[in-house]
This record gives sequence, structure tokens and C-alpha cells, in this order.
Amino acid sequence: MRRAFELAGLSALPLAVLGVFFVLPVSGMVSEGFVADGRFDPGGVLEVLGRPRVHRVVWFTVWSSTVATLVAVLLGLPVAHLLHRRRFPGRGVLRSLLLVPFVLPTVVVGVAFRELIGESGPLGFLGLDGSAVAIVAGLVFFNVAVVIRAVGAAWESLDPRPAEAAAALGASPAQVLLTVTLPALRPAIVSAASVVFLFCATAFGVVLTLGGLRYSSVETEIYLLTTNLLDLQAAAALSILQLLAITGLLVVTGRLRAVPDPALARSVRRAPRPSRGDWPGVVATGLVLLLVGAPLAALALGSLRVGDAWSLGNYRALTGAGSQHALLVSVTDALVTSLRTAVDATWMSLSLGLLVTVVVTRRSRSRTERRVRGLLDGLFMLPLGVSAVTLGFGFLITLDRPPVDLRDSPLLVPIAQALVALPLVVRTLVPVLGGVDDRQRQAAASLGAGPLRTFATVELPLVWRPLTAAAGFAFAVSLGEFGATSFLAREDHPTLPIVIFHLIGHPGAMNYGMSLAASVVLAATTALVMLAVDRLRVSSVGAF
Amino acid sequence: MRPIHALTHALAPLALALAAAGCSTIGDDSSSSAPDDATKPTRVVLVTHESFSLPKPLIKQFEQASGLDLVVRATGDAGILTNKLVLTKDDPLGDVAFGVDNTFASRALDAGVFAPYDAALPDGAEEYRLPGDDEHGLTPVDDASVCVNVDDTWFADHDLAPPRTLDDLADPAYRDLFVTPGAATSSPGMAFLLTTIAAYGEDGWQDYWTKLMDNGVKLTAGWSDAYEVDFTQGGGHGDRPIVLSYDSSPAFTVSGGTSSTSALLDTCFRQVEYAGVLDGAANPDGAEQLVDFLLSPEVQAALPESMYVFPVDSSVKLPAEWARFAEQPSDPYEVDPGAIGEHRDEWLREWSDVTSR
Amino acid sequence: MLTLDRLTVAYDGEPAVVDASLDLDDGHVLAVLGPSGSGKSTLLRAIAGLEPPSSGRICWDGADLARVPTHKRGFALMFQDGQLFNHLTVARNVGYALRLRRAPGTAERVAELLALVGLEGYADRLPTTLSGGERQRVALARSLAVSPRLLLLDEPLSALDAGLRERLASDLRGILRSAGTTALMVTHDQEEAYAVADRLAVMREGRIVQQGDIGEVWRAPADPETALFLGYARVLEGSAAATLLRAAGHPPAEAVAVRRSALVVDQHGPLRGLVVSARATPELIRLVVDVDGVGEVDAIARLGTHPAPGDPVRLGVDPGRLATPGRR
Repeated sequence: MRRAFELAGLSALPLAVLGVFFVLPVSGMVSEGFVADGRFDPGGVLEVLGRPRVHRVVWFTVWSSTVATLVAVLLGLPVAHLLHRRRFPGRGVLRSLLLVPFVLPTVVVGVAFRELIGESGPLGFLGLDGSAVAIVAGLVFFNVAVVIRAVGAAWESLDPRPAEAAAALGASPAQVLLTVTLPALRPAIVSAASVVFLFCATAFGVVLTLGGLRYSSVETEIYLLTTNLLDLQAAAALSILQLLAITGLLVVTGRLRAVPDPALARSVRRAPRPSRGDWPGVVATGLVLLLVGAPLAALALGSLRVGDAWSLGNYRALTGAGSQHALLVSVTDALVTSLRTAVDATWMSLSLGLLVTVVVTRRSRSRTERRVRGLLDGLFMLPLGVSAVTLGFGFLITLDRPPVDLRDSPLLVPIAQALVALPLVVRTLVPVLGGVDDRQRQAAASLGAGPLRTFATVELPLVWRPLTAAAGFAFAVSLGEFGATSFLAREDHPTLPIVIFHLIGHPGAMNYGMSLAASVVLAATTALVMLAVDRLRVSSVGAF
Repeated sequence: MRPIHALTHALAPLALALAAAGCSTIGDDSSSSAPDDATKPTRVVLVTHESFSLPKPLIKQFEQASGLDLVVRATGDAGILTNKLVLTKDDPLGDVAFGVDNTFASRALDAGVFAPYDAALPDGAEEYRLPGDDEHGLTPVDDASVCVNVDDTWFADHDLAPPRTLDDLADPAYRDLFVTPGAATSSPGMAFLLTTIAAYGEDGWQDYWTKLMDNGVKLTAGWSDAYEVDFTQGGGHGDRPIVLSYDSSPAFTVSGGTSSTSALLDTCFRQVEYAGVLDGAANPDGAEQLVDFLLSPEVQAALPESMYVFPVDSSVKLPAEWARFAEQPSDPYEVDPGAIGEHRDEWLREWSDVTSR
Repeated sequence: MLTLDRLTVAYDGEPAVVDASLDLDDGHVLAVLGPSGSGKSTLLRAIAGLEPPSSGRICWDGADLARVPTHKRGFALMFQDGQLFNHLTVARNVGYALRLRRAPGTAERVAELLALVGLEGYADRLPTTLSGGERQRVALARSLAVSPRLLLLDEPLSALDAGLRERLASDLRGILRSAGTTALMVTHDQEEAYAVADRLAVMREGRIVQQGDIGEVWRAPADPETALFLGYARVLEGSAAATLLRAAGHPPAEAVAVRRSALVVDQHGPLRGLVVSARATPELIRLVVDVDGVGEVDAIARLGTHPAPGDPVRLGVDPGRLATPGRR
């Protein structure tokens, strides 16, 4: 009984948050689709699923996301190894730099990407503009950081000795990787891949901008149906399809993730410098840097052009609000709003994420208990797979009366962002916390430590590194979040991506230049924050 | 107490640091607090799209004159705004909505989103009234025409006469030169589709689009993709000298006293933006004051530079560059708002079929 | 034959192994004995190819191994806690190296190895279901599977409880002998070293202070510290040493290392003293005696005698339980 109470107690808060801010709005929006002319009509929704266009859209979503996920994992793994198991000058800078794409607004990156691959761009001869290849490249650009960071964090805390034992038994580095390291990393890889897949499957701007309208994904289709046609029936049908697909994905990945006892290092040896054997990592890092760096460089160069001359004019213009440009707030003010919102979103998603992780990773005593914990694990992944439009509209129609009259609350934006970041936080923490030997907890408890103290002294020091990785993710997600935020941001306090979107959506060379400059500021801020987060070390927390 | 003590140890410095740095939105003065005295509202809430923007002094002026706080809730585009209004019509998001245009107006009116208010219109605004809106649910505030723009410099450099009409765009002489945002994903793109429907009829536009596609028209997701990336005069210096944009766009490509671009005034569709008092508004009185404010000469004069649109008040003096380079079409194409509401879905589907063939 | 030639290994400029030279002939088992932090594990990792030497050479049959990566050295490494691959069954763990080499008859060889370590019938178990001793046996079987040129053992028994350790130590010795395996084992436990190895090297503060046949090292520790580390209870110097050596009939030396059982209560013994304390064990009685001209030393008495603190006793000396260490 006590365990049941503990389980219920720990999961109460996350469940309540998820219930109010996800289940309620989404079900509210979906149920709109089931009501036609004032009465319940599920037939219409089913009819939508039979349309050939829907089949095409679903097929495209599935294959493009799968390919993008595979590429992101294949590219990300060697980079994760180089950046988390090797030591070299500039490693920290590189790590934070690779996270930058994650936060950039797709509108701007889309423009930067297309300036490279467009008909008149330096890579125009490849004919990629508007092709599926461009979409996949864009998806990888935005998501490879997830693999690098999530798998890297796990790799960093992986006990190196089984690999050494295998090497001593005659396994070549490749064989060690395949037979020892990858199996041990499987939970982390599967976690990261499932998150990346969900991000890809719900990508919106990339598909539209880079696909040049030739391709539609489930997400763009829902957007079109909801915002343009107000065809809520069809939107509901697709939303349900999304939810079902995600549930399926979660079941599969849950199975794949389960491995006996991933080994966790008690003490992590200092990483060696790269050697000749690290060439795959170096090559992959080079490729990723090229993929990530080229559009960023295009962005940075563009931000320095005013007319036909080099100038810092675009940056100087960022601090001014009024003058001839019709921004209500200056870009610097928007940056402050963005940062403050991100701080809130980060602590919200971290505290919720930690609770969820603790609940999910506690060793179960019975089959039912294990089922319940597994179910909870999957439940918190759902927000990733549902369209921001559905959620945004759902907020408006369901959170409008007491006790949850929150439509106008300034906290709605960070809460929405925290929900988006939550699965990332959970997926980063679960593999590591799941690897903590139960006996350590028992030892601490036997020495008189209560559950909280046990957590603070046994688990917290071990999860500190992944925790900083998760915090970085949450912060970055919040800084770059556009979909839900654009629905909820109040005009007197818009975040930076909203302002950038505003700037690039209006004619005038100055607006264009400023939007690029603002994006560079956003990118640089992100990189700096990531660098700072990475520098935080366990000493301050693990000491007591 | 000890376990809690342990956790506070961990979290206290963090919380302290956050509080000290003020890096949190918690504790922010929230302007959303409901009016404490229902009989005497203290604020008026404007629901609008994200392009809404007015100079701060003007807003102060309104607040002082009316004694009300103006709260602006600006999100999404005109389509999202309209749909938000429709979905929340039983419990409106505010008192006034601004930004519903003539392509979405019928949806909002049909849903009964707006309460009638017959505002006193400024000079020349009468012609912008929404056809069929006999109860005056909507008040015209501004207009902007979506027109094909050309890069005159490029055509001069290439010794080619710029196109003038919609038919010209399908002429092989202008092959691979035109870029436009798509109708499904972009509001100006939709306006261009309506232009062609008005020009070639409900049964003829499909053929026209087939010709356009054959002539190498490039479709992008949004206006900024077309203008800033592919258009030769855009920020990205693309390689297509014909783009779909606005009648005001030439005012933004001025250098050395001339504009390098011009709008083709025979290819325009006029988008009018309306304001309206929301049915069930908490402060209907303040709402009417706000609509009047949007029609005031000061706001009308600020519209071009704040929102890149033309005022409906014909007596307002335009900014110098607008007066010189932003020419408005005298006889833009029109499609009945009711027909748009009725056929939008069907037209978009057909358009998608034609363009993805 | 393994040869270390003035090997130095450093972590970030901090030397962990200094100038270590060592020879290990085929078929021998060498124990490297040292307290924790003495650099013995680093030495092992360097031999395995897991740490690059800062200077010096590691050779096999005269050939420098500097450019040979770990997996091509033909050595096998067995860690303190086995480091079994938890995602593989016992059989797949044992057969790991065989499968790498695509050797034929893997199944038979695995069965044979499991029998050798006394684990028949464990083939399909997962490592997490095994006890500590069983895990170490699996790790040993896995290491022996491809008959490594050299088996490297890192504290193979120290994670186990005392009884099990003793039993496994003698098993290990038997298995290594019968397979003719050349092995290098690092340990901090002199009993373990004595039970398994025939050669001994003592390490302290990164240096090898003594090496040789295990019996020789025991008889003549290089210095007093080594003597104490090898399990001698006390090292006496000066006149105390002279008195004791005379009583034992040994030639005089500057110091003498004394095992706890070197002095025996004997009413005809040459030494006299007063009992300071007495403690009974299952086999004998352990005393501390204040011996005239020597000071306090350990001694033993047969069960059944009842020396009490304050009683005068006479003591004989067992010359075989003394050693004369070199000077520091």
C-alpha cells in the first residue's frame, strides 16, 4: 500500500499538469471535430481517414521522419563519441555550437538554407530546392543535436571497462562498438531516436519552407485544416491518427529500450585526447559542422550586409523599437522576455521531469506496478507528437473558465514550452537514473537517509551531468519554440522568435537584415547559455 | 525535517539566484487581472493578428482619453485570428477584434462573432464596406492590395519589357521568372488565387494555373520565402524578377530617389482589414470607443508605417515615399466574400491538384 | 616472454608508474603486489595497451608492443568485478572472443571452459543472476577461451568473501597451471598473491621495489616497508635485532623482520620476558610479550597453557619465520 501511495503521490503533480495543459485542451479540440451540426458524428472523422490525400500525407510523414531520424542517429553517434569521450581544446564551444540550430526559428533557417540551395545559391546546382532531400537535410539540421547531446551524456557516464575487457579479448574497436558499447547505449539511442522521430514527424516550418509546397506532412495538413479551412473534423481525424501513431511508437521503443542493467560508471576516468582511431568521429563532426555551419554562416554573413556594403547597422537597429520600423518592442527587450520565459520553462520541465523520471525508474515489485510505471513513461511523451495548432486552439476553448481560467495568464507560454521540453528531459534522465544500482539507494536508506536525502545524495550526483544536458535542452526548446508560443505570446511581451518572424514577414531591406541579425543574436545567446550550463559541475550539489 | 533540509540546500541557491537576477516571468505584473468592478470596466481588450502594431504614444493617448487600459492580444495571422474568434464565440477573448479581412470575413459573420456597430466612417471609407454585411458587424480600417511586383532594374538590364497582365505571366518570354507564395499556406498567396478566379472565372482559372505551372512558376510556402529568397530585389538576392507582393512594396525598394520595383496594377486583389465589436464583449462601450479610435485621423495616418497598409480615410496624408512609389490599383479584382467562404475548401483542393500535377 | 624496460606511465604529467622493469617467462604466474595507489593497476592497463607509456618499452618476445593496439596483443584482461557483458548470456560471454575469431566448435569449447571453472549448466543464465564468485568464474572462463599469450588479472578475487576467495584462489592456481597460462595478476592481498603466483613483484609509489621467486622475496624483503607489507608483524632494529638474531642462531644484521608466530613459548627458550596481553584463537594463544633486551613483540603459545598478563615466560625462536630485510 505504501508503495502505491508513494507512486500516486510522486506522479500527482506531473499528471495534474499534463491533464490540465495537455489532455484537456487536446481532447477539447478533438471533440469539436466529432460534433457536426450540434450532434455527435464520428462517421465524418472516419471518412476523412479514407481520403487518398490523407494516405499520401501520412506516408510522406512516416518515411521522411524515418530517414531523417536514421541519418541523425548515424551522424550523431560518432559526434557524440568525439565530443563526450574525447578531450580537446574547444570541445565545449563545439558542443554548445551544435545545439544552436535547435533553437533557431524555422522561418529564418529556412531562408538561410534556401539561400544556399536555392536556384541562385552556391549549392543551387544540386537542384535540392523544394526536394525531399532538402526536407530531410533540414530535419537533420534541426535534430542532430538531440542525438549528440542525449547519447553523449549517456556515453559519458558509461563504464569504460566492459569495452576494455572486450578489447583485451581481441575485439577490434569496431567490434567493441557493435558488441559492447552500442548494446549498453541502446536505451539512450532509442530514447533519442524516438524523440527525434517525433520532432521530425511534427516538423512544420521545415516541410513547408524547404519542400516548396510539393510535400505535406500530417502536421502541415493539420495546420492548414485548422487555421485556413477550419475543417475541424478532418483535423481531429489527423490528430487522432497522430496520437495513435505515437502510442504505437512508444510501445515499440519501450520494448527496444528495455535492456538488463545498463552499466553506469561510479567514477568517470578523464577522457583521452583523440587519436587516429577516432577518424569516424572527426569526419562525422566535420560533416555535421558543415551541415549546421553553412546555413548559420549564411545567416551571419547576411546579417552583416546593409545594401551592398558590410556594416553593423542591422545590429545597431536591434536596440531601437520605434524609428521607422514598426516593432512594438526592441529586439533586446524581446531577448530579455525570451530568456526569462526560458528560465521558467526550464525549471518547470526539470522539476516535472525529475518527478516523472523518479516514478518511472523505481524498481517495480509487481507486474501491475511495472505496467503503471511504463504507462506513465509513455504518457509524458505525448505532447511531442501533437500539433502545436491543436494544443494552441485547445488552450483557448478549454482553459477559459474557473478553476482553470488561464487563457490570459503570462505563465501559459512557459508552461506550454515546458510541456514540449518535458519528453526531452525525461528521455535524457531515464536511461541514467534507470542505471542507478538499487542497492546504493538501499545503502543510503539503511544509513538513515530519508527518501529525499537518498535522492539528493545518491541519485542527484549521478544524474547531474544528464541533468545539465536536460536543462540545456529545455532552455533551448523554450528559446526557440515558435508554434505554441505564437498562439499564446502576448503582444506587449513577445519572445525573440516571434519578433524575428514579425520582421522577416514584412517588406523592406532593413527588416530583412534585422531579422537575420536578431537570429544571430538568438543563436549566440543560445550558444553562450549552453556553454555556461556545460561548465556547471557536480561539486556544488554533490558535496553535501 | 532533514530530507527537506537537504533539498532546500540544493535548490535554495538556485532559487535565490533566479530571483536576484529577475530571470523569471513569475511576479510580473499581470495585466490580465479581471476588472474588479463589473459595472465599471477599467480596460478594453483588443484581439488581433501578429502584424498589429501602433506607435506607443498613440496608444497612451487613447488610454488617457478613454480612461481605459488597452490590452492587446496579438497572435497568428488573419486566418488563425478568425478561427480563434469562431471557436471562442461563446466566451470571447476580448472586446474588439481587428484584422479579419474580406477573405475570412464571411466565416466570422456567419458564426455570429460580431455585434452590430455602425461607426461613423471617415471620408472615402464607405467603398471598403464588406458587401453583404448589412448589419454593420465589421468596420473597414485599412486596405492593402496584393499585386504582382516586378524588378524594373532587372528587366532594363535584360532588355526585356516587364510583364503587365496576368496573361503575360503565362507567356514563354517570362518563363521561370515568376515566384509566388502558395495559396494554401499564405494569405497573399490565397489573394492571388482569388485574383485569378475573379479574372478567369470559376471554371477558367484552373487552365490558367496549368499554363502558369507549365511556364515555370515557382511556389513557396510563405511571402518571405518568395520575396526575400527568390526575388531579385529581396534580401537574399534571388534570381526571379517577378514576385507576388503588395501594392505598397515599391515604397521599400527606394534608393537614390527611384524605386527599383513596381507593382502591376492590373493584377491586384484588394484585401480590406476590418475591426468589429465582439458579441458578448465584457466592455461593449469601450469596444466602440476603440473602433472609433482605429478610424481616427491619427491612427489612420500611422497605419502605413506601422502596419504597411493603406488607410481607408482618403483625406489622410501618406508618407512621402508611399505617396510617390506606392500606387494603389483603381480597379482591383474582387470576389464576393460569401463565395469565398463557401468555396475556399473546394478551390484550395483544386488548386493543390493543379499545382502538384 | 613479457619484458618491461624502464616503463613510465603518467596521467596528465603525474607519473603513476616510474621506471618499471620486469621480466615474466612463459608459463609463470607473476603477482604484482602493492597497496592501493601504488600504480599497479596502471601498470596492468599499460601492458594491456589501455594506457600509452610516457617512456620505456613493453615487449613480447623481444618485439616492442608500442604500435600494437589492445585487441591485437593477444592478451586477455580480467577485471576485479568481472565486467561481464550484462546483455549477453553466460555462454555468449564465454564464447565472445571465439565468435570474434569465428573459431569453429565454439559451443564445445564453451562447454569445456564452463566445466573447467565448475559452472556446468549455467550457459543460459544472465550475468545479473549470478553470485560474485560465479561471475568471476565466468570472467575467467571468458578470458581463457582463446588461450591468451598473457592473462592479465586485476584484483581477480578481492571482491569476494574470505572463504570463497581462498577456494577460488587455489582453483585459479590449478586452472592456470594446467592450462600452462602465462599470467600477471595485480593484487594488494599477500595471501592471494601467495596462493596463486610463483613470481612476485612488489610495487610502491609507482616503482617496482623488488621482484623474484615468491619464496625468495618472502625470505628477504628488500626493505623494512616491504617486509611489513608482505605480512611481517614488526621490524626490529639495532640491539633488539641483534639480541633476537643471536637467540635464533643467525648472523647479526642491522634489522630483522618478525612474523607473528616467530616467537614460541618454550620453557627452555633463550629469551625471557613478561606477558603484556594474551588472546585465545581456535588454534593457539596469541601473546604480546615484553622481552628483555628486545622490547614488545608478538608470540604464540599452545592451547591449554594459560599465560596471563604479568606472568614471566621464556621464549624460543623459529629461525624460518625471521627475515633480514635490506636497508632503506
